[in-house]
Amino acid sequence: MTRKQRRLALIGGALAVLALAVALVLNALRDSIVFFTTPSEVAERQIKPGQRFRLGGLVETGSVKRGGQLVVAFSVTDGKASMPVNYRGILPDLFREGQGVITEGVLEANGMFRADTVLARHDETYMPKEVADALKKQGHWKDDYDKAAKGAKGAAVQGSMKDGKKQ
Amino acid sequence: MSPEVGHYSLILALTLALIQSVVPIVGARRNDAALMAVGTSTSLAQFAFALVAFGVLTVAYVASDFSVANVVENSHSLKPLLYKITGVWGNHEGSMLLWVLILALFGALVALFGANLPATLRANVLGVQAWIATAFYLFILGTSNPFLRIAPPPPEGQDLNPVLQDIGLAVHPPLLYLGYVGFSISFSFAVAALIEGRIDAAWARWVRPWTLVAWMFLTLGIAMGSYWAYYELGWGGWWFWDPVENASLMPWIAGTALLHSAVVMEKRSALKIWTLLLAILTFSLSLLGTFLVRSGVLTSVHSFATDPLRGVFILAILAVFIGGSLALYAWRAPALKQGGLFAPVSREGALVLNNLFLTTACATVFVGTLYPLALEALTGDKISVGAPFFNLTFGPLFVMLLVAVPFGPLLAWKRGDVLGAMQRLMAAGLAGLLGIAAAFAWTWGGPVLAPFGIGLAVFVIVGAFTDLAERSGFPRVGAGVAVRRLAGLPRSALGTAVAHAGLGVTLLGIVAETTWSSEQIVALKAGERVAIAGYELKLDGVVDRQGPNYREQVARFSVRRGGDEIGELAPSRRSFAARQTSTTEAALMTRGVSQLYASLGDSAPDGAIAVRIYHKPLVLLIWLGAVVMVCGGLLSLSDRRLRVGAPRPAKAAAMAQRAQAAE
Repeated sequence: MTRKQRRLALIGGALAVLALAVALVLNALRDSIVFFTTPSEVAERQIKPGQRFRLGGLVETGSVKRGGQLVVAFSVTDGKASMPVNYRGILPDLFREGQGVITEGVLEANGMFRADTVLARHDETYMPKEVADALKKQGHWKDDYDKAAKGAKGAAVQGSMKDGKKQ
Repeated sequence: MSPEVGHYSLILALTLALIQSVVPIVGARRNDAALMAVGTSTSLAQFAFALVAFGVLTVAYVASDFSVANVVENSHSLKPLLYKITGVWGNHEGSMLLWVLILALFGALVALFGANLPATLRANVLGVQAWIATAFYLFILGTSNPFLRIAPPPPEGQDLNPVLQDIGLAVHPPLLYLGYVGFSISFSFAVAALIEGRIDAAWARWVRPWTLVAWMFLTLGIAMGSYWAYYELGWGGWWFWDPVENASLMPWIAGTALLHSAVVMEKRSALKIWTLLLAILTFSLSLLGTFLVRSGVLTSVHSFATDPLRGVFILAILAVFIGGSLALYAWRAPALKQGGLFAPVSREGALVLNNLFLTTACATVFVGTLYPLALEALTGDKISVGAPFFNLTFGPLFVMLLVAVPFGPLLAWKRGDVLGAMQRLMAAGLAGLLGIAAAFAWTWGGPVLAPFGIGLAVFVIVGAFTDLAERSGFPRVGAGVAVRRLAGLPRSALGTAVAHAGLGVTLLGIVAETTWSSEQIVALKAGERVAIAGYELKLDGVVDRQGPNYREQVARFSVRRGGDEIGELAPSRRSFAARQTSTTEAALMTRGVSQLYASLGDSAPDGAIAVRIYHKPLVLLIWLGAVVMVCGGLLSLSDRRLRVGAPRPAKAAAMAQRAQAAE
């Protein structure tokens, strides 16, 4: 094999591997991307039942109902619309009424959202970034979400001062 | 001790870095030994001052000095001492200080142990290292200063995020940084070689130990982070393809490719372009990872609440270093001399294939991580790319690579014989087939692909040792002779076999855990039982306890198998008063290399408590495999060749080479 042929073979091999990788990526991007929507966008985007997506917003205060065997029903709202959610399983530690939540699952024909994951990966201020952005866009953002969180921390700090011991 | 001492130390370290950025490089250019020696002394002094700064911050945490803003935001006087110390790097500013400390440490190590390097190369390496250090000292002092004070000092701190108060997390960032930042040395070596205009096999030999050390620490750091996530987050998962996890995986993949490329360069003086570019790429990915975590563009349990200024600063650092090094490469590349030729089917060819697959796998992880960001910036759509994407892209590429791994060491340099290699791998192939058959037999009716995964893992493990068997002549000569021959082999051959075997072990764990783990999610009252995978768990009761800075609710389970009681599981939930949050502590029972895993949820109003129970077969092999890989790395590091330097070139030859390169 001449040097030129060898170089061509190497380049050809490299392009083949690259093409394979690109094909895999494009295929995967088509099938496995999950979109994030808020309850009002679900109607706008005309999401069909059976399609998997992520629903985000605030947990509507007073909507959490726990049944037997770890079944939980609650509503997710973004100020304009709300969507009922059905979930069976253990809720994450940061799940609370009035707080941000992201759930992933499938929309059912009767308008309920059947969640199979409720996500808890927030940053330190307990509001998922996507939810915060979406709420801001809707004009439903209260600046005192942040202040309320900090206020709670401040109160907690003072409370523990009384029985805390400096080491 | 006043925290201002630490602040001042940091500024002194910056000044030293500035000196180190200029003087040694000028000295190397003029071949002035005195100027070059400045690099060594400034490296050591810079490390000393960075250490003082870090030490002062640690003392401030331990003493709960609340006049320092960083301590107020991240510590609390009730925190146990260990977590006060580890809290130093549990926040943005402190972890950046750890970053530059390790950067300075590696510079000092090159200054101390680089005596066998040519003086000009060492001076240039220390100079480039100082450029990076300067950039980061400026970043810290400008945007992320841990020594900012508060007056008057508040009476108490705000406590560390309880999720971070854990021993695994104490160890994870330092290990990870030793890896990430260690690759800065490979980068410095690459840029120094480009500045000098000379790159050859000897350079590859000098680069290898540093790259190996960084790679080993990064492997341990990633494994530690994965294991921590497994037992701390309570969901039984160990890898989430979280952008921050990917940010540490990408330098690892590129670093692995770099290691292998450097091997070829050392042996055959070929693949110079690959090695240089990989050295630049690996550190660039480390820098990119730093950017992703700290700029606030990503939402993750890892991301610190940050301000945009930091993101912009790091982006500028990225642009300067990546852009600059690539520009330097483009300018100097024509001066690189052609290396050894080789046939496409040869060990070099196999390693080129290895590099190709690793870099494309790295690229798929890159795309998957950054695509959501790019899409959001362009169209405003928020999407998430998770495990399904990576399973469809990274998975197949890595599987194909693993099939080729046992072949590599068995092919000869320059012109290899694939058929001969296949013959020698027959035993390994047979073992793989037996593995497939055994897996099918054991789990008949289960997923179809998994047994092939098991077979592949067995093939990789046995194949890795085939090379050793060949070299020691094992089946032909007696065991005694074989062992003596093995002891005389270069340690890097042993290291290769062990590290590749470790890869197979990890794959075994991954396949077993993903396919055959069982899960039960139930709400139980005291006295009730649940069965899983042949085990039976009975909830004996729930008790409340008080810890140092939390209240704890513990559920006690007795575990039975086949009627005999084999032990207890006690998962718990902890509530931290200071931050009004709670964490779950999962309980693990290890049976061989499999584990039973229990984790608590909420209590229902009727007194039942939600509990998640998993049986995870062979899960410990995932992290054991990583440890085996690191052992392979250690073996390789102890190779005699890496400790013997190359002879100094004669003065005339050196001058001629420099003249040639300058043309």
